[in-house]
Amino acid sequence: MIPEIGHYALILALAVSLAQSIVPLVGARTHDPVLMDVGTKGAYAQFALMCVSFGALATAYGQSDFSVTSVFENSHSLMPAIYKFTSLWGNHEGSMLLWVMILALFGALVAAFGANVPTTLKATVLAVQSWIAALFYLFILITSNPFTRLDPAPAQGRDLNPILQDMGLAIHPPLLYVGYVGFSISFSFAVGALIEGRIDAAWARWVRPWVLLAWIFLTLGIAMGSYWAYYTLGWGGWWFWDPVENASFMPWLAGTALLHSALVMEKREALKVWTILLAILTFSLSLIGTFIVRSGVLTSVHAFASDPSRGVFILAILALLIGGALALYAWRAPSLRQGGLFAPISREGALVLNNLLLSTATATVFVGTLYPLALEAATGAKISVGAPFFNLTFAPLFVPILIAMPFGPLLAWKRGDLAGAAQRMMFAYVVGALGVLVAFALQGKPAIALLAIGLGFYVIAGSLAELIERSGLFRVPFANALHRARGLPRSTWGTMFAHIGLGLTLIGIVCETAWGVETIGAYKPGATIPIGGYEMKFEGLTPRKGPNFTADVARMTVVRDGREIGVMEPSKRAFATRSMNTSEAALMTRGLGQLYVALGDINDDQTTTIRVYWKPFVLLIWIGGLFMAFGGTLSLSDRRLRVGAPKMARNRAHAETAA
Amino acid sequence: MTIQDQNQTQNARPRVWIALVPLAAFAAIALLFFFRLGAGDPSKLPSALIGKAAPDTALPALATLTGPNGPTPGLDPAAFKGAVTVVNVWASWCIPCHEEAPLFMKLAQDKRFRVVGVNYKDQPEKALGFLKRYGNPFAAVGVDANGRAGIEWGVYGVPETFVVGRDGVIAYKLVGPLTPDNIDSVLMKEIDKALAKG
Repeated sequence: MIPEIGHYALILALAVSLAQSIVPLVGARTHDPVLMDVGTKGAYAQFALMCVSFGALATAYGQSDFSVTSVFENSHSLMPAIYKFTSLWGNHEGSMLLWVMILALFGALVAAFGANVPTTLKATVLAVQSWIAALFYLFILITSNPFTRLDPAPAQGRDLNPILQDMGLAIHPPLLYVGYVGFSISFSFAVGALIEGRIDAAWARWVRPWVLLAWIFLTLGIAMGSYWAYYTLGWGGWWFWDPVENASFMPWLAGTALLHSALVMEKREALKVWTILLAILTFSLSLIGTFIVRSGVLTSVHAFASDPSRGVFILAILALLIGGALALYAWRAPSLRQGGLFAPISREGALVLNNLLLSTATATVFVGTLYPLALEAATGAKISVGAPFFNLTFAPLFVPILIAMPFGPLLAWKRGDLAGAAQRMMFAYVVGALGVLVAFALQGKPAIALLAIGLGFYVIAGSLAELIERSGLFRVPFANALHRARGLPRSTWGTMFAHIGLGLTLIGIVCETAWGVETIGAYKPGATIPIGGYEMKFEGLTPRKGPNFTADVARMTVVRDGREIGVMEPSKRAFATRSMNTSEAALMTRGLGQLYVALGDINDDQTTTIRVYWKPFVLLIWIGGLFMAFGGTLSLSDRRLRVGAPKMARNRAHAETAA
Repeated sequence: MTIQDQNQTQNARPRVWIALVPLAAFAAIALLFFFRLGAGDPSKLPSALIGKAAPDTALPALATLTGPNGPTPGLDPAAFKGAVTVVNVWASWCIPCHEEAPLFMKLAQDKRFRVVGVNYKDQPEKALGFLKRYGNPFAAVGVDANGRAGIEWGVYGVPETFVVGRDGVIAYKLVGPLTPDNIDSVLMKEIDKALAKG
């Protein structure tokens, strides 16, 4: 009964979304407030119905109701309760339901918090949002219904893919989806603006919080996914340039560009047509990511069981939404009024540079991801584009971004003083040079890594420069500086944290890649493995039993300077239902670095293959991500965005003193 | 600031074309996706061995396995010459092999070609149990206990099925199990091609 209620609620949501797709638009044309209000009411109704639908499926999973096909195929009655719940989105059908659930949530959020948006634009935006929803409800109902039943009901489920039986599944997909789907709002706003034929600075002010929100979650989602891959896949890598990773990275890059270009639009009414295009492209890249994962056109570790008929359906959705939005853009954009011109050396000039570099970086990743597909279509040759391509093309693009980044906040709007900014960055050059020296003293080589460390330190120090400048630290008494710093807008603090985060991530990446060490070997119990100044003593294997698996657990005693500092227990798990094995790596955090042990095969000659890594400062990679998300959150909580009007006097005063 | 303010945009003509660029680019990408969707599973890799002679590795017979005409022999590469051969690489521990086993029984009824098996990284008693359970479609079964021959044949994983022509050259390789779908649409076509080649 409960699954049928869920199914029915989904059908009702489709019905509501169809009405909401049209009625508010008519209302906006005829200025009829009642018709326009259908947008708001419909958005609430869709969200309520999706809660029922999602709740019904969650109940089926929670109760291990194996008469539901999706539950039977992806769950097991012995799984811990948390995995029973998360296996809901550990498969294609359920994850699509989560996707539309979040879409409905965002629709309701716009309805609730869009009070400062003009009613006609709000009605149009909610209608566009509903087009997206309607298409995806249809997709689920026609090709991927999670509520289909089995008769007779099997007694036991097929279990969830063991790799997914992890806390990572509870956190990573919801964060990522909130990010992906969150960009639908800026898409709807862009399409709404094109339909209405007006865009102005206020548009950017309405859209920017939504972009920020989506960006924060996407940042966290990607960072979490990277950490999950790192500890679960057992070979210590944290980024693989896999097509699906790229599919999440492209909207992040485009979203980052959008975040910055919307700033220019908000403050200077420039870059309007470009910002609209970016808003469309960012969500388009999210959609293409969804298509790539679920259609099976590219192979990836993430691929869902693929089905070409679903692929055709999603492709049709892409053609309608992206093709439609871009056609509308092609039709309307030339007649939209361009914004003002500005000097190249200015805050907005710096942000244009940021946008150029970020969109080139996005394009690079896009080409690298789709090139194998295009080549196979053209010549039939099978190739894969891997890390070497991306490292070679992506790194040179990101170096100028990082060099230019600290300058941005130091330049004034309209006309900046590059020499002055360069002078105020003295402190950052010194810190960067110190970074190189420290790295040289500690590690010596390679030269490129030393320079990259210097760049990381420079970015961090440079990001602090604006704060130091504006708080008057080192110039006025400390208490005054502190008081001034506290008075700075939160968006300033947000920028600082996000930029520092990028520097931290860079340092983490460089340390891990350049100075990480690894050993692999077949060891008998009693063997000692030296690694990065530590010694690991392999004590032996013991069998252990989990709820739905059996495990061989290795006991490794970690010794530093003759003193035992702890025990690590990597294991190999065997899941009977799926006859699959997983390797559970063990991690030990030492400062910001980590010891990492993963078990390989247990060999016939009583030896066990063990991989051991020492990864110095590896945690900085994800701590940097957390900093970025925290910076975004600070920025989102800025009064300017909450109140919806900038504090003119204060900003102007600052701009003038800075100039 | 509405679209009626067209007098503001004196250089509208070039911008019309620029505004079309994203749409055109997307159309190209969508077309690419559309054609690749029908192109089958991208995880299927072409075998580098197609068009090359089948590996010259003789494999021992599966002990105590007997057919109607006495003990079933091992794999003799010389026997490829003169008859079209379908070589199935399988193991009792491989789940899809269990699914495709009945299809091989059906396939083996066609006497125009030989069906032989390579038992890959398996234990003899379990392999015998497998053939007892589903029947033995193979005219010869070579035992590749340590997977050496698998490397020679370029096996990624079991099951894999090769079609070897009368000239002893590998004509086709099917990665993954035989299914009621691909047996006629893919494998039989390739076998017919090999048979027609004379």
